[in-house]
Amino acid sequence: MIEQLLAYNTIVVLLGVSILGAGAGMVGSFAVLRKRALTGDAVAHAALPGVCVAFLILGERNLTFMLLGALASGVLGIVIIAALCRWTRVREDAAIGIVLSVFPGLGFALSRMIQNMTTNGSKAGLESFILGKTAGMTRPDVYLILASALFCLAVVLVLYKEFKVVAFDTGFARSLGWPVYWLDLLLMSLIAVAVVIGLPAVGIIMMAALLILPGAGARFWTDSLGWLLFIAGAFGLLTGLIGTVFSALFSLFPAGPIIVLSGSVIFLISMLLGTRRGAMVRLLEHRCFQRDYGERQLLLATYDVASRTGQARVSAADLLARKSWSPGKVNGLISNAASSGLVERLETDEIRFTPAGLVRAVEVTRGHRLWEELLTEYPELAGSVVNLASESVDKYVEPAIIADLTASLKRQSRWPELPTETAEAAV
Amino acid sequence: MSASTLSPTKQAQTTTSRTKYASGLSPDWLLPAVYFLILLFIAGIWFRYLEFSTKDTPKALGIIGIGILCSGCCSLLGCYLVLRRMSLIGDAISHAVLPGIAIAFYFTGQPYGIGIMLGAMALGMLTSFLTQSLHSLGRVSEDASMGVVFTSLFALGVILIQLWGPRAHLDADCVLYGDIIFTMNRTVPMFGHEVPRALLALVPAAVLTLGFIALLWKELKIVSFDPALAAALGIKVWLVHYLLMGMVAGVTVASFESVGSILVVAMLIVPAAAAGLLTDRLWQMLIWSLVIAAHSAIFGYLSAAALNTSAAGMMAVMAGVQFGGAVLLAPRHGLLSRWLRNLRLSVRIASEDTIGQLYRAEEAAALPAGSQLAAIRPSSAPVGIIGWLSRQSLRRKGLVATNAVGSTELTHQGRNAARNIVRAHRLWESFLEANFDLPSDHLHEPAERMEHFLDPDLQQQLDQQLAGRQIDPHGKAIPQGVAVPTSAERPLPG
Repeated sequence: MIEQLLAYNTIVVLLGVSILGAGAGMVGSFAVLRKRALTGDAVAHAALPGVCVAFLILGERNLTFMLLGALASGVLGIVIIAALCRWTRVREDAAIGIVLSVFPGLGFALSRMIQNMTTNGSKAGLESFILGKTAGMTRPDVYLILASALFCLAVVLVLYKEFKVVAFDTGFARSLGWPVYWLDLLLMSLIAVAVVIGLPAVGIIMMAALLILPGAGARFWTDSLGWLLFIAGAFGLLTGLIGTVFSALFSLFPAGPIIVLSGSVIFLISMLLGTRRGAMVRLLEHRCFQRDYGERQLLLATYDVASRTGQARVSAADLLARKSWSPGKVNGLISNAASSGLVERLETDEIRFTPAGLVRAVEVTRGHRLWEELLTEYPELAGSVVNLASESVDKYVEPAIIADLTASLKRQSRWPELPTETAEAAV
Repeated sequence: MSASTLSPTKQAQTTTSRTKYASGLSPDWLLPAVYFLILLFIAGIWFRYLEFSTKDTPKALGIIGIGILCSGCCSLLGCYLVLRRMSLIGDAISHAVLPGIAIAFYFTGQPYGIGIMLGAMALGMLTSFLTQSLHSLGRVSEDASMGVVFTSLFALGVILIQLWGPRAHLDADCVLYGDIIFTMNRTVPMFGHEVPRALLALVPAAVLTLGFIALLWKELKIVSFDPALAAALGIKVWLVHYLLMGMVAGVTVASFESVGSILVVAMLIVPAAAAGLLTDRLWQMLIWSLVIAAHSAIFGYLSAAALNTSAAGMMAVMAGVQFGGAVLLAPRHGLLSRWLRNLRLSVRIASEDTIGQLYRAEEAAALPAGSQLAAIRPSSAPVGIIGWLSRQSLRRKGLVATNAVGSTELTHQGRNAARNIVRAHRLWESFLEANFDLPSDHLHEPAERMEHFLDPDLQQQLDQQLAGRQIDPHGKAIPQGVAVPTSAERPLPG
């Protein structure tokens, strides 16, 4: 098994697919960001007739010319999509779909024609462009892949700032007077380069996967473009590595699908565990927020009841009467607060603030009343406030306004004050 | 202010144009029929020319028939996909059904039949569901989530087929490209005849498609054009959506054996997109897409036979060729007709500018010499082809003539037409001055543009608004309008 992995051919393929994955992942993340993921797919499909035409013109199999042909027809596909969207009322999805289906139809017809024409039995080897022939990768192929991956990297590094702005805010880029149209076309051409280099190795569908999966997966881990490109490249590399190793071990299966499935697994793991937008993180954040918010609501309600009755003890029934909570929920909230040491349960199904709890309750109530006051006094400011569920207003409005609001609350004697002995104890 | 005064006329215009297109036997209705018959005629001649031997003729017709059946079903459903801007989900589904086929094959042991169909339909709905949930729960953009889902499912399908398929000629290549030429050879006995196996899937698929569209005609229509309204009316949009996805998957897989997934995608999207360029009504779009799909199949087969190549590939190419034709030649939305419309508008504007200039020159000549009002703007006679065309059109309509000295002057009729133009110009200048705070040297430019689009109705409304004002902001008289027959023939601006 180890010998299998260390065989010369396997190492060549391993290197080739990994570098290809890294390059495609990097340029593909731009496509994902620009919401053009399927344009990459269309380019992969559109490249097919170019290969056949190059073969027809040359009359023999010459990889360089076939790749140039593929690049030309891939770029033609992009231009047609753009032109259809620009000049006719065909929408983008249909335009992509048309290129996606008519071009490979033409390519397939041409390749059949070539097959039926060549009488001496020498197949043009065009089929490998469709489904890919990973095992057939040779050392020059790897050099070509490396060169074009480096080329893409160089272009991305040189035009990093431009691509960044175009990817996130086309309108802003246009207002800066940048040639957005050409930058976009350049970006798409980079994708076309990556696609065309990869086609003979992994085929049309797999190429689309190599473009989309790493970028989409990397998005779960970061919000910064630089890191996104890096992670996407790393994911692409990893996809190639794992996929090639597995397909070398299970030689029954074609390599392409195994590579794609390794990419899918990486994507799934990212979606679950990604530190920025992953499902787990978002679930945890949601839980934390709910807990924090529930605690604030409980303290608020308890403080309200206590200050209204003038007694330190508050019964659960009072809380139930004030809020549309279920008894179970009140119980849960009290348990949470009790375990954080903010309230203590008394024997008689009543609760009481601990000193720390009282300090916190006053803080929360102040924040809440500042919100109320802000929304009544300065309703026009509410629109600019990002998070209406945050504890207090001080992150969003100027100190002068807060002072004003505080004074106003004090005038209405709605400004909660700590009892002096608690305040001293807290200090 | 101006918007409120203009809107009633605009509405009236829209209504008239709508009633014009809705009328019974309009050219819109006849066009697909004529197109179909002409191309059918050409195909017949070509068919003869290819000289199929007598033995092969029924087989060739059979292959064409199966092609029409496949592409017809796909194109009908494709109309709804294109209208809902979901063309690419058709592409995604046609790739993603592969594992469904493999799993169904594993359980039924047959590479065709109802099991495969159900497996594919389930996977079709699953594809749509997964795409949606990745988009909404995973916050992945819609196109990326589609790409993730269909490439992964396709890869899974290829592996499953590799695992279970080799026993029964089921491989990824055949799913991608199909083999329509051999469909007539694979037959099964039925009602005492040898029936092509592909028909066992295709005929039910066609019946289902037609039934689906007929039964859910209204629902599909509302959901396609206004999903929010559909939801408000109590139509279960999600149900219609998933049924459509299931139908697409079913038709896809029914066509696989014959034409393969590439052609299925072409037939789902291309005829519908072409039909969308050719008409604005749903049922005409369906008819157009059927016609285009049928001719893609016919000409695809014929050209494939002539070039000795793959029929499925050529069918996709022929669909593309017809789409290209629609892009160029479509009656209302085609590039050619839009170009002609723009040209005609340019010529009209150029000729109106010309007679307006001549009128102003006459007006200046009639004033006492040295009068300030006699100063007219330097003439800018339209040049180039547009200028030439506009001068031809003016002479043809008898609006200008060459006088004894050899220079151009207005005829009586031309003077009336010019008076309307100048009236429109000066009314608009006065209107702008009265309602907007603009310096007087900013009035001419907008009026120069608007004068070509103010019909007598609007002029009258402006006149009423201005309470019969006689003098424009530059101190020149606003001429009284004259009924000119030519102005009624003006095409709607657009």
